[in-house]
Formats: sequence, structure tokens, C-alpha cells
Amino acid sequence: MREDEEIPIETATLPLDAWHRAKGGRMVEFAGYWMPIQYEGIMAEHLWTRENAGLFDVSHMGQLSLSGDGVAEALETLVPGDISALKPGRMRYSLLLDEDGGILDDLMITNEGDQYGIVVNGAVKWEDIGHLRENLPDHITLNHNEDYGLLALQGPKAVDALVRLMPEAANLVFMQATRATWQGHAIGLSRSGYTGEDGFEISLPNEALEAFADALCAMEEVKPIGLGARDSLRLEAGLPLYGHDLSPEIDPAEADLGFAVSKRRREEENFPGAARILGHLEDGPPRKRVGLTVDGKLPVREGAKLFDGEDEIGVVTSGGFAPSVGAPIAMGFVPTGLSEPGAAIAAEVRGKLVHCTVTAMPFIPHRYVRKQGA
Amino acid sequence: MPRYYTEEHEWIDVDGDVATVGITDFAQGQLGDIVFVEVPDTGAELTAGGDAAVVESVKAASDVYAPVDGTVTEGNGQLEEDPALVNSDPEGEGWFFRMTLSDKGQLDGLMDAKAYKAFCDAL
Repeated sequence: MREDEEIPIETATLPLDAWHRAKGGRMVEFAGYWMPIQYEGIMAEHLWTRENAGLFDVSHMGQLSLSGDGVAEALETLVPGDISALKPGRMRYSLLLDEDGGILDDLMITNEGDQYGIVVNGAVKWEDIGHLRENLPDHITLNHNEDYGLLALQGPKAVDALVRLMPEAANLVFMQATRATWQGHAIGLSRSGYTGEDGFEISLPNEALEAFADALCAMEEVKPIGLGARDSLRLEAGLPLYGHDLSPEIDPAEADLGFAVSKRRREEENFPGAARILGHLEDGPPRKRVGLTVDGKLPVREGAKLFDGEDEIGVVTSGGFAPSVGAPIAMGFVPTGLSEPGAAIAAEVRGKLVHCTVTAMPFIPHRYVRKQGA
Repeated sequence: MPRYYTEEHEWIDVDGDVATVGITDFAQGQLGDIVFVEVPDTGAELTAGGDAAVVESVKAASDVYAPVDGTVTEGNGQLEEDPALVNSDPEGEGWFFRMTLSDKGQLDGLMDAKAYKAFCDAL
């Protein structure tokens, strides 16, 4: 090791570490934690989640809460969403922006009534906390709820399984949240996720995680699912992954996340990087995140260069074999002129050019439950 | 027909001056679901320890190295249609390529089945 290299920080363990290992989880280092990449196999776990219910441990993510007078207005100085209009029990996807409109993280913001809950990516949670603390007024209280873990139960049978433990689950629709209790533990429950399927995210105290995970996995619909399938599921759902498809060099218009820039905020032009982002939304950004279908079977992965004829035009930011599609798919950035579905381009893999076609995302239709009784 | 193993988890079956090469059951288990295999072209000159093939699982692409020096005589065309053969029968139908051996003495540097098992157990 050279002297100017950073001293590696020891990889941390999550509260369910021993549980994952006992379930046969193959543990890998991710976002500073040992996490299960797979149990029985990524393909089987992916397909199980699309047909049944998969339990994901996402306790590496940062669970924050903000309280104090004018929290929503204060948050709006850092994100482009209409947080003031977010009603109690509702949640919204948003973006933490730097002053140039670059994306520092993507996050979920929930109006919990007496406070706002925020879930941020594990890999950048410490930076996010620093950014929030530095930029929010001193009277706003920021808590990092490290005594809570986060589980996601995803798939068409997730609701059937979860209502046996928490009947409240049935009352929620997509992007709604509520508080519940389970065996005396205070639970935060939302109907949301990162797979494109119906499902829930469940925040619960660390000491309750194992019993809760066991109670779910005892049900025939539920299996534990690793990070590998989480990645292939979200890719098929067209959902970007921070640090890969999103970064500080990319703004919301380029990321094709214009929906996260609320109408009122566009009119008020008062969020970080508003001039750049509104200009890009109005006139089209120079480049745009798109989905790609890939001819043949060769997987096109992150880092593959994209070509239009002889010209290098962009790069793949996520890609791999898509189990539910049955073929390789990818996500990447191309010039806006080549971002319409149907545009024919090529990706370079080990010196060979592979034909790709720009395609509308998601690759697999979302199956969110948006209406009660649906 | 003697079978040798490398520390990179390739196996090589030697039959006279030609050999068949694949990846071990341990290797396929570590890689997980295999979705693509790129075998070398017939006639390709391989060097021991050098890149010979690529195997892609759902999560990553991995290089397969030549166990010895030699020339490729045949790639396993079946893997193009059915890469999962590497998962289901890694040390049989899921072979990668056949090659000639330039220097049979190089086999002395490889492991036999017993030594390879001990090597894997120690990982």
C-alpha cells in the first residue's frame, strides 16, 4: 500500500448477518457492509420475486428523520420535489441536488405526520447526512435511526404474506406509509420498493429483525433474496442505481427523472441548479438516460462504450442478463438525438460491437397497486 | 485419462497429445447462473496462464485461462445455445475447448484431483 492511499475501513456487519449466513447467503462487501449477494442463485431468486414474494435486507440504507418548524420548506432548498404538498402518510421519490443541479443521491421522503422520514442509499449515507446537516437550519433536528433495520418484501404475493403479520398492510396503496406495531415493536410500513413489483418496505427495530424475517420466511410465498437479484429486478424495472446510473455529473433531466421536478418547483425556479435543470427540461439535455435491448446473448455491462457508427456517443451505466426478459438488457447515456425508442446503436464488449436498440423503460411492466381493492 | 486442475479452477483432461479444458464444479458454483460463454476460435494459440475464454454469469464476466501452452482444435459449440450446461455438467458436457499440448512437462505444475480438493477446502 502506498502512503497516500486511504486506509481501508473495516467492513461492517448488519444486524441480520448471522441470519443470512445461516440461510446460505453468500456474503460480499457492499456499501461498507457484508451483505448477501445470493442464496440459492440470482436467476431463481429473481424469478421467485416476480411470481411470489422475496424478502430483501436493505438495512445498509440510511434511515433518517427530520423534525422542527418548516421542515418541508427547508428540505425544498435541497431537493426539487413539492415536499410541502406531501400529505401525511404519503411518500415521494426525490433527488438530493448539489448547487449545479448534479445528483448527490436519490431518496424517498415520507410525511410521517410529526416528522419526515428519509431513506437514502447506504453507499453515500454519511455524505448525505453531512450535506443535510450543513445546509438545513440549526433548529431542524436530524436523526440517523441506526437502531432500525429495513426489510423489503416484494412481489405479487407480498401483500398476502404481510397482512398475516400486519393487517394494516392491506390498507396502503403504492407510495403510502403508516405506522404499525408487531409484537409490541414500533414499525414503519410503506407500500414501495425497488423491483417494479407490488411490495412493502418495513422499518423495524434491530432487535426485532430476526424474528420478523423468520416469521415471513416461514410462509410458503416468501424466500430471502440477495443483492444480485435486487439489481437485476430494478434494472428490468428501469430504475436507476445511484453511483452507477446517477452521479453528481448528471442532472435530473439527463437522468430522465423529470417527474421528480414538481410543477410548482418548476414555476418557482428555486431549487439547486434550477437554471441548468429547467433549461435541460425545456430544450432537451445534451444526453439522456435510456434503456437498451441487446441483440444476441452477450451481456453488455457497466462501462461498455456506446457507438453510433464510428462515433463514440456514450456509455453503459448498468447492464446484464435480465432473467424475466430472457436476454441481456442495459441502461446508459446517449445524446438526446439518439434517445428515442428504436434508435439503433452499438456497444463495445471486448473489442466487438454488439447491436443495441434504444427502448422505452421499464423492460418489464410495473405492477404497483395504486387503488384499493385492485 | 488423467485429469489435472489449476489454481484458477480449470480442469484439463489429457488424452495423448490433445486435451479437453473446462471449469470445475467449484468454479461454476462460485460463478452462479451462467448466461454466456465465449470459447476460443479454432487455431488460437494459447499460453499457459493467458486468457482463453470468457464465462459470464448473471452478475459478472470472468476470464478462463489456458492451463498449458497449445493450439485450440475445437470450441464447444453447444455452449453458445446452452451456456447453462456449465452449471449442470461443468466437468462433462459443459467443457469449453480442446487443445493440443506444446509441452507436456507443464502438466507437472498442475494439481491432481486430491490436491485440488484440498486446495478448494482451504479456500
